Amino acid sequence: VQPIDPFGAQLRIALLATCLADALFPAAAIATVSLLERLGHEVVFPADQTCCGQMHINTGYVAEATRLVRHHVEVFERSRCDVVVAPSASCVGCARHQHAWAARRAGDGALAGRAEELASRTYELSEFLFDVLGVRDVGAHYPHRVVYHPTCHSLRMLRSGDKPLELLRNVSGLTLVELPSAETCCGFGGTFAIKNADTSTAMLADKMAHIISSGAELCTAGDSSCLMHIGGGLSRIRSAVRTVHLAEILACTDSSRPITGTR
Amino acid sequence: MTIFLGTPGVGNLRGTAPFPDAARHELANSQMRCNVGHATRTIRSKRLGAVDECPDWEALRDAGSAIKADTMARLPDLLEELERNVVARGGVVHWARDANEANEIITDIVRACGSTEVVKVKSMATQEIGLNEHLAAHSINAVETDLAELIVQLGLDKPSHILVPAIHRNRAEIREIFLREMGAVGELSDDPRALVVAAREHLRRKFLSAEVAVSGANFGVAETGTLAVVESEGNGRMCLTLPKTLVTVMGIEKVVPRFTDLEVFMQLLPRSSTAERMNPYTSMWTGVHPGDGPQSFHLVLLDNGRTNVLADAVGRAALHCIRCSACLNVCPVYERTGGHAYGSVYPGPIGAILSPQLTGIRGHRDPNASLPYASSLCGACLDACPVKIDIPSILVHLRAKQVDAECRSMPGGQDLLMRAAGWIMKSPRWFGIAKKALIAVHWISVPMKHIVAVPFPLSRWTFSRDLPAPAPEAFRQWWNRTHSAEDA
Repeated sequence: VQPIDPFGAQLRIALLATCLADALFPAAAIATVSLLERLGHEVVFPADQTCCGQMHINTGYVAEATRLVRHHVEVFERSRCDVVVAPSASCVGCARHQHAWAARRAGDGALAGRAEELASRTYELSEFLFDVLGVRDVGAHYPHRVVYHPTCHSLRMLRSGDKPLELLRNVSGLTLVELPSAETCCGFGGTFAIKNADTSTAMLADKMAHIISSGAELCTAGDSSCLMHIGGGLSRIRSAVRTVHLAEILACTDSSRPITGTR
Repeated sequence: MTIFLGTPGVGNLRGTAPFPDAARHELANSQMRCNVGHATRTIRSKRLGAVDECPDWEALRDAGSAIKADTMARLPDLLEELERNVVARGGVVHWARDANEANEIITDIVRACGSTEVVKVKSMATQEIGLNEHLAAHSINAVETDLAELIVQLGLDKPSHILVPAIHRNRAEIREIFLREMGAVGELSDDPRALVVAAREHLRRKFLSAEVAVSGANFGVAETGTLAVVESEGNGRMCLTLPKTLVTVMGIEKVVPRFTDLEVFMQLLPRSSTAERMNPYTSMWTGVHPGDGPQSFHLVLLDNGRTNVLADAVGRAALHCIRCSACLNVCPVYERTGGHAYGSVYPGPIGAILSPQLTGIRGHRDPNASLPYASSLCGACLDACPVKIDIPSILVHLRAKQVDAECRSMPGGQDLLMRAAGWIMKSPRWFGIAKKALIAVHWISVPMKHIVAVPFPLSRWTFSRDLPAPAPEAFRQWWNRTHSAEDA
């Protein structure tokens, strides 16, 4: 990926808010808009967007999913954006690795080609900041003790590696603590959390124990879905630890610091 | 040669309960969870060390994957080549369509030798076909000589792991089993060394008296007719050299084209399975040699559903498996439920894609129909697999096949929900209405902040996790309030 000068060309970014953030976690999507605008880019929100179709694909409903893929591709093509950015590794992973597969399986090769083209300029927020804009320090200030949970799709579908950690290390005031067994799944897995609720809960219990043992006030991640799972469990046991989306931390500023990012 | 298409796999490939129910039962076994958790954590970190010291690990994985893909593309030809070369060197080759045929072939061979006891090398194929039970029904005693397999056999238990079948047992439990089943072993402590000495004394008599051995095979080389078994304890070497008659049961997918292909797998397998640079014992044999080793060698080529797996261009990669167990050891689901929850002798991620394909699925009540869903799709298995089997993608493929096959004809609850969700999410208008309904839920749930109980099926979520109360302002309302003039 060619890094684009964050102080040079202004990009027209279409926000893929994700259905979950749109409906249940608006703060993550609002933070994404604030952050990208602060870095000097134009953000548009294609209002007809709904869902990327991942739940349907991963549960086996490929025909239904393909209709959602077609809708997604049409809506974002119409937005005439340079790139699509989402505060979710999972939805971006689905667009990049599953949309064309679903379309081909449903016999629509033309849609598959369009989905591939759109996916080639679709980014998860932290990889967009890191790889496309080349930003390491977004000028955020967040005076809290935070633990980062790398979600499975960020780690193993997008191969984001340490990029989100690097962005967090450059947030002023933030104390980043280590999460034991960080790379193990939290047990969400979409409909897995419902269909295999007991096993999902056993996985969650171990993830929560590691988060609590880290001594953090807040657990962050790049996916609202995993945070809904972890946060829902922590809330149920009345833990003091809360969850916050990575975008919300990166959007938080202190007026004493420059409002635009630096390399 | 003609392979009869469509014979489903039978034997120990299917449990009695769907995975979610079996898992709930197993999750309550805290001793098992401690034992499996400890063992998988240990082997996971050791495997990473063994892999990290190979600079060409990714190239080896690519090579292993390519050899397997090539093998599957011309499996019938390679099997005939293997048969020709085994026969040319004095072996006898038998073709078994399924577990029942294989069991009968082996029983007939043992009977013809006049034996009532066989010694066994650890083998997944013979566990799959339930050979020990079949031999017992014909008054033939099969003695497992692998330590972990012996523990399972003496404990009247079932294997729960491909490589370490007694992974769910700790040494205190093993001591109890040995004391109960071995008779006079005197003062036995739970020191691993003492347990091994007790097993060795128990087995030595069996090795020296057995007339027939039964083994599996890690690899069968088509171009030479050579069979290979890799192991750690030396029990395999004893079985493969001492008895007069050797019967090897090999799944048809275990054939490799060339002898030099072993160069790749002999590096991939030990590092992935036991985190060893090299396994302690590698035994290879080609036919029979007068005055040296078994004088009678039988190779049983087992289909048992494999031809059906081969017929699925996507699912067939499950046949690339070299049975290393790395995917089990890294799987967060397996680590918590253990292997018995999967019902089949093939547990964990590879079992979740292999067992239902081998047996086929008989309707949505079939326990194996639940296996493709026994995964959070976290992807750890794909990263660990030495032959790069894309297990998450195959799981999704099998889920889609199942939905295509069943739900279309008789829609169930899940089917109706998924169709309704697909319909709402396809339409921006109905998606907007659904979100407005959520905001109504917010005003109802304001005093609670979190939602702790909702109706089925979401009650499966709230039984252990709160749901966030919807925000008072959805994202798009915020957007319209702050960006309305520039809407895209």
